Amino acid sequence: MASSRFKPSRVRSAIESVGAVGDRSINQMGQFVRDIGGMAYLLGDTLVWAAKGLFYRRLKFGWGSLTDQMVRVGVKSIGIVVLVQAFIGCILALQLAPTLESYGQLEKIADVVAIAIVRELGPLITAIVLSGYAGASIAAEIGSMVEAEEVKALRAHALNPIRFLIVPRFLATTIMIVGLTVIADTVGIAGGLLTAWAALGISPEAYLASTQIAIVVRDFLTGLSKACIFGMLVSMIACYEGLTVSGGAVGVGKATTATVVKSIVAIIGMDAVFTSIFYVFGL
Amino acid sequence: MTMDAPTDDVVISLSNVRKSFEDHEGNDHVVLDSVTFDIHRGETLVVMGGSGCGKSTLLNCMIGEYEIDSGSIKFRTRDMNRLADIATLSDEAFNDIRKRYGILFQSGALFNSLTLAENIALPLEEHSYVDPSIIDIVVTLKLQQVKMLAHRDKMPSQLSGGQKKRAGLARATALDPEILFYDEPSAGLDPVTSTAIDELMMDLSQKLRVTSVVVTHEMDSAFRIADRMVMLDKGRVLKIGNRSDFELLRDANPLELSRSDDRLMNQFLNGHGEGPLTDAEGLSEFEKLIKTSSGG
Ligand SMILES: Nc1ncnc2c1ncn2[C@@H]1O[C@H](COP(=O)(O)OP(=O)(O)O)[C@@H](O)[C@H]1O
Ligand SMILES: [Mg+2]
Repeated sequence: MASSRFKPSRVRSAIESVGAVGDRSINQMGQFVRDIGGMAYLLGDTLVWAAKGLFYRRLKFGWGSLTDQMVRVGVKSIGIVVLVQAFIGCILALQLAPTLESYGQLEKIADVVAIAIVRELGPLITAIVLSGYAGASIAAEIGSMVEAEEVKALRAHALNPIRFLIVPRFLATTIMIVGLTVIADTVGIAGGLLTAWAALGISPEAYLASTQIAIVVRDFLTGLSKACIFGMLVSMIACYEGLTVSGGAVGVGKATTATVVKSIVAIIGMDAVFTSIFYVFGL
Repeated sequence: MTMDAPTDDVVISLSNVRKSFEDHEGNDHVVLDSVTFDIHRGETLVVMGGSGCGKSTLLNCMIGEYEIDSGSIKFRTRDMNRLADIATLSDEAFNDIRKRYGILFQSGALFNSLTLAENIALPLEEHSYVDPSIIDIVVTLKLQQVKMLAHRDKMPSQLSGGQKKRAGLARATALDPEILFYDEPSAGLDPVTSTAIDELMMDLSQKLRVTSVVVTHEMDSAFRIADRMVMLDKGRVLKIGNRSDFELLRDANPLELSRSDDRLMNQFLNGHGEGPLTDAEGLSEFEKLIKTSSGG
């Protein structure tokens, strides 16, 4: 039996399977480049139609559908964002406390928590929550529309799907993520404050006072600009995955999963890029 | 009815249309191959063939959803003075053609987030420059035509398959099109509903004087509505002719037909199953079964 394990055919199939992995990664590389290109194209179209919608009355994309999408993207995820961000504030305070205490700088806790949340974790965690929440549901919704021939029907009626389906979702996600990040920042700092008060014996007044000194408007703006970019990323990935669905209900499921995974990778990657840029320019 | 004037009344002209799809391994599968035929103004042309023979693909090529590999698809609506190849048209120019045709998709393809009335109103709001009150009247009229007025404020998810198709038909006719495309209008419906849809289609084609292109594998329905017919098999055109030509073929004795294509069509037109009925040697599935079981 043991010798049969090393039959030539096995060896060959092993080599072939290594080759197949190589082949696949080349294919995936090609697919990756195509996807990036497709998304860039979609973004361009979306921006053009959004601009047309704002400036030409007859080409409106419908305030109704924009507000619908804003409610769906934003209002429904407020609860989760608040919950997660409060925990983040609490965790940050508790994790940092021993180190800061060993330097005799426990009162600096407010500064560190505030900077970490406003510049980094507020936008990042909000975007990740939104990718799982809004991103996935946008991909599933648009994917089902593609499968039900709704998108084809729009085109067949000379109605542009980008304008009717993508622009409202893109704008809603981008606007709402900025709003949610403001809430997330506030709640995160509040979480840190409560934890510091309850567990570390720092008074809320002192905490707030040092928070106010620690963060400046610039910190807020870099955080919010990142949030804005993340919102565009999540909505573009979700819409692209939805529009390129094929293969029925299974395909829609795959698109949903792909949206969440790709969004998280893209968000964190983009975060690294932007943080580096801000660092280089001292922002 | 109308005599076949050379090309003057041609609304759509397909010439050597070829379409293939690439599979996961990158191999091409030819779905349509040298498909050539004309569609004349006012006629109802039925494209028949078994499942998977490329009927929906052909329709998708005609409406510009799929880019064809080679050949040409040309349109000429009433306001155009010559046939124009859709591959060379700008988006705007193609959209002008799109406003002149309507499509009933296989599933109805209603916009699920809108009510029936809103579904029908959407193309009107976008493409006709009329007052909302007029749009409302048109919507009522269109829903009445398909006997769906009672459901005007329902969402598509509250409708049955047949009702969705009726509503889809109302939307397809919203802009009073010159051309109507139908993808399997009676597939998946019970005989009564399917007859009702056929009657609706004939009614519309007479009242609105539209040119209809119907893709179907249901023979009863095909013979009911067709002026002319096209038979597709594995992406090739087997036969084009008037309904009477196909009726002759259907009613012929298969044993007296010498061409294997004719025997194949004879089987198909008599409703004996779907899809490719014979293999390369011209044996039917049944003959093959007998051959293999007696041989083994
Ligand atoms: N988008 C597509 N990608 C790949 N293959 C397709 C696509 N659409 C159709 N096909 C293939 O083309 C063939 C014809 O399909 P279709 O036109 O839907 O047939 P029909 O409508 O006559 O039943 C089938 O073999 C199908 O698998
Ligand atoms: Mg089909």
